[in-house]
Amino acid sequence: MKSHTEDDVRRVLTRRGRWGFSEIAFWLVAVATLVFMPDRHLILNEIAIIALFALSLDLILGYAGIVSLGHAAFFGLGAYVAGILAQQGIGNPLIGLAAAALAAAILGLATSFLVLRGSDLTKLMVALGVALILGEVANRMAWLTGGADGLQGVNVSPLLGLFEFDMFGTTAYAYSLTVLFVLFVLARRVMASPYGLSLRSIRDNPLRARAIGIPVNRRLVVIYTLAAAYAGSAGALLAQTIQFVSLDVLAFHRSADVMLVLVIGGAGYLYGGIIGAVVFKILQDYLSDLTPQYWLFWIGLILVLLVLMDRERMVSKARTLWKRTANRLTHRAEPLATTRTAREI
Amino acid sequence: MLTILFDGVAYGMLLFVLACGLAVTLGLMNFVNLAHGAFAMAGGYVTAVLMNRYGIPFLLTLPFAFLVPSLTGLVLERTLYKRLYTRSHLDQVLFSIGLVFMAIAAIDYSMGSQQQLIQLPTWLLGRADVLGIQIGRYRSFIIAVCGILVVVLQFILTKTRFGSRLRAAVDDRRVACGLGINVSMIFAVTFAVGSGLAGLGGALGAEILGLDPTFPLKFMIYFLIVATVGGTTSITGPFLASLLLGIADVAGKYYVPSFGAFVIYTLMIVVLVLRPQGLFARAR
Repeated sequence: MKSHTEDDVRRVLTRRGRWGFSEIAFWLVAVATLVFMPDRHLILNEIAIIALFALSLDLILGYAGIVSLGHAAFFGLGAYVAGILAQQGIGNPLIGLAAAALAAAILGLATSFLVLRGSDLTKLMVALGVALILGEVANRMAWLTGGADGLQGVNVSPLLGLFEFDMFGTTAYAYSLTVLFVLFVLARRVMASPYGLSLRSIRDNPLRARAIGIPVNRRLVVIYTLAAAYAGSAGALLAQTIQFVSLDVLAFHRSADVMLVLVIGGAGYLYGGIIGAVVFKILQDYLSDLTPQYWLFWIGLILVLLVLMDRERMVSKARTLWKRTANRLTHRAEPLATTRTAREI
Repeated sequence: MLTILFDGVAYGMLLFVLACGLAVTLGLMNFVNLAHGAFAMAGGYVTAVLMNRYGIPFLLTLPFAFLVPSLTGLVLERTLYKRLYTRSHLDQVLFSIGLVFMAIAAIDYSMGSQQQLIQLPTWLLGRADVLGIQIGRYRSFIIAVCGILVVVLQFILTKTRFGSRLRAAVDDRRVACGLGINVSMIFAVTFAVGSGLAGLGGALGAEILGLDPTFPLKFMIYFLIVATVGGTTSITGPFLASLLLGIADVAGKYYVPSFGAFVIYTLMIVVLVLRPQGLFARAR
């Protein structure tokens, strides 16, 4: 009986790690935009960068349940590291990307010990404080960062020595999309592993997770560091593809925006950040055309409405509907298996 | 030196009036309300509009600066905030940031993005020389007003029936409910008064802190520091925290101007790391 349950559990858990048809289709569509929408590459590049940033927030918010309002700290640090390297003559984009990710990861590791304490509010405040201090540092160290004028003269050499960054953003978009895809696959792999499952259990019930022997703090430190590295990479992509860095990358509204992006797409299944980024950018494009100055008002309204409409209930409703239609199409009665297994345990 | 201390105390008192509502909201309902600054901004703008458009004297505008935000707060609490008490902190953060953004854009739209200037009455201008210390008249006025408010609040909280109910509800909401205390009503009243006080603080502080549409975001962190560092169980905690913050901020800006902002943020992180439950609160 016991071995039977074990097999069932293993099957259900490994099935999660398998690539589904819709996922493959999703990435094929993403590649298709590279070929079929040549005049939109600049905005698509921005979408890919925001998506990567939101993905990094998803790692800590969706999988570890840490509410952070200071995530821009890592994004900004990555952008400045990549930008300054390129400005100082080390123009190879991949070296810049790696350096930015590493720098952000170190900052993430160092601050994780401060952030992962106390209640939700304390976490939020400390993360916010770190971002504010970093913004202040960037502002003061004008000799290095250009201060309020922004970092000028960022020269990025051709990618792999072959592809020049052009003004239509084609190379930029291909580069960002590739980085996004590689990091996404990595995140997906990590989250399907036993480590990722233990993170989920921490998010759902930290007390119980600790009781069954999961080293809660160590797990959270690791994921916080990883998420910081992701955010740093996103910042590096921004700095390299638009070849300019300003204090704006560390601003509060960036942390708030990325949270909105993730919430639009839904946290906790990795695709939320990407879908949210697409919706967010389209909305921004449309609404800023309508009322250029008051874009902030619409962001606020969307946030308030999203919360009042109770996303979780809507998402779970949509999910059951989706499963039902998917089952009807494939004539399988699989989802029942999960509930039955849970009861047997 | 003493002048800086004096200015710091005035600044801290102002912060206390601005933030004490937030401390109570946090303690009572465990609600993370980042939109508290929006009520303060509303109060500031009420005073600015009444003075500059209708020529009403400064002192007479102050009651309105209290009433308008507190009524707005009451309406919002009953219609929107009420639904979010049981939700996750993430939802509360998102909701209140949304409110802040809407408030900023709405004020920007209706009033313009420039700084609002208010003309103080002449008897509040200038400095007086008391025992060799330079003392700003307006700052002494602020200290007096805020001091009276602190005493009144402390009296209400410790001596009246409403105060003891409020403290009971903060201590343990479920037990208070079980004892027949109408926690929901208490909370609505407290929220309204807290918003009103924030509005009053915004009006009093328009001269010192400046008043433009980004006010709620600029000072959000200060309010949150007062509430988290001070703890939420009593009124003395936030009060001491705001005094400390005010003095540290003014002194930091005066002595080490290039590190002005660092002082506050570093202090906050250090305090929160060492005492996550607040400087003056008991650990639970």
